[in-house]
Amino acid sequence: MTHAAQSAASMSAVCVEGGFADPVIEAQVAFRALMDAMARPGSLCDLPGSLAPPAPLPEGLAAIALTLCDPDTPVWLASVYDTPEVRGWLAFHCACPLVVEPAQSAFAFAPAGAECPPLTAFNSGTQEYPDRSTTLLLAVEALTGGAPLHLEGPGIRSRETLAAVGLPEGFVAERAENRALFPRGGDLLLVAGLKVCALPRTTRVTAASAGMSTDEGAE
Amino acid sequence: MTGQAQDIAGGMAAYNFAYLDEQTKRMIRRAILKGIAIPGYQVPFASREMPMPYGWGTGGVQVTASIIGRDDTLKVIDQGADDTTNAVSIRAFFQKVADVAVTTRTREASVIQTRHRIPEEPLTASQVLVYQVPIPEPLRFLEPRETETRKMHALEEYGLMHVKLYEDIARHGHIATTYAYPVLVDDRYVMDPSPTPKFDNPKMDMCEALQLFGAGREKRIYAIPPYTRVVSLDFEDHPFEVQRFEEPCALCAARDVYLDEVILDDKGGRMFVCSDTDHCEERRAAGHRGHLAAEEAYATTEAAQ
Repeated sequence: MTHAAQSAASMSAVCVEGGFADPVIEAQVAFRALMDAMARPGSLCDLPGSLAPPAPLPEGLAAIALTLCDPDTPVWLASVYDTPEVRGWLAFHCACPLVVEPAQSAFAFAPAGAECPPLTAFNSGTQEYPDRSTTLLLAVEALTGGAPLHLEGPGIRSRETLAAVGLPEGFVAERAENRALFPRGGDLLLVAGLKVCALPRTTRVTAASAGMSTDEGAE
Repeated sequence: MTGQAQDIAGGMAAYNFAYLDEQTKRMIRRAILKGIAIPGYQVPFASREMPMPYGWGTGGVQVTASIIGRDDTLKVIDQGADDTTNAVSIRAFFQKVADVAVTTRTREASVIQTRHRIPEEPLTASQVLVYQVPIPEPLRFLEPRETETRKMHALEEYGLMHVKLYEDIARHGHIATTYAYPVLVDDRYVMDPSPTPKFDNPKMDMCEALQLFGAGREKRIYAIPPYTRVVSLDFEDHPFEVQRFEEPCALCAARDVYLDEVILDDKGGRMFVCSDTDHCEERRAAGHRGHLAAEEAYATTEAAQ
């Protein structure tokens, strides 16, 4: 076998392997986690963990891709994820078209930080069809242990606290701008490992220090 | 049993888990997530033909099929009852295609599909309520054009709905709408709660459970997340009120529940009984007796004769 043929064979193995072991059941389990997360913003839900996506695509983002993406959903990849292996893996498992413009995507995959364009770069839907907005999947370092943010809105009884590590700068202001667009606006899924936390467009995010005293965090 | 029926009963290989194919489920799941993110907004979806006619809950069945898993326990009610045709056949459908556990007990269910009632027992955070919806657009009978109603929702222009309720007052002296009573969700979208009696509207407000709505023929999915404000439209001088019943349930003596009228004879005889059969059975099991609940004694006497 020539060197080129060998690398082509290993490339195709990388693309073909590492999907859900039981696609029907695991996609259902992953969806219920996403549905619970979206219905209760700020709560941390568990994605099933039998995937082996090619680096650098994080396992949590891969699980969501396999659950929600298919030929009907244009996907945008941040440049750090845009490798031949990841493209090939998504093409084999989801067959989703990849787009260059963030605003054309139904789902966008990005790590938090400089790699991620401002939230305004994504599609926020139209006033008539606000459901046609981008859902942004943002990989963060951790969903606990960071500076606390207060969350309020539908799905939250009184107030939730989110303490994610590695959120982009100006995050609170961006979410406030997004909230002001309602019913338009982007929905956000924060992913760390196999934990996912949703911030739909309805959630009002405030810095915990700006408001009440710190005893609220103990709730 | 014919060969075809045997294939369906014995050969699960013929169908995917929960009947729908995976691409259809993904499409419906995406619509559900967007519906939750925009409470009360009707998300268009590519509704499929189901093995039952429109009007029999094809929307609710598609939503349930897309969310249900092996660990779920399903309850299906039709007008509050677990034992009517629609409820029995949908329950049997999911037993066959998804092999899920089923129950009639509200508190044991994780997914409850309903036609036109909300159970009397308060729902919990671990439950999902799936409504079957015939006409999802609350403005449809006021404005038949989809392009116009869509614009009205976009502009939050709901004056027409208030005029309709006002005309009720002008004509009848009170708001005469008793079911499918319009609600305002999270202070933004006017929504049709499906033809539930307005008695159930207050249960939607700040409900702990997630509420999903599926309209199969009209191809719309919408949702109310838990802990969301749901306000029934009204006027300051004509506040929203639910139905009141003068007598308790004839079988379990429950008050403050929704009652069905049952005609007993052709001489005007009638009784009022709980529409929620599970609630009524549980109360009777706990020893509550209404004034017509003497059937056991009557049956024993009859058998002795």
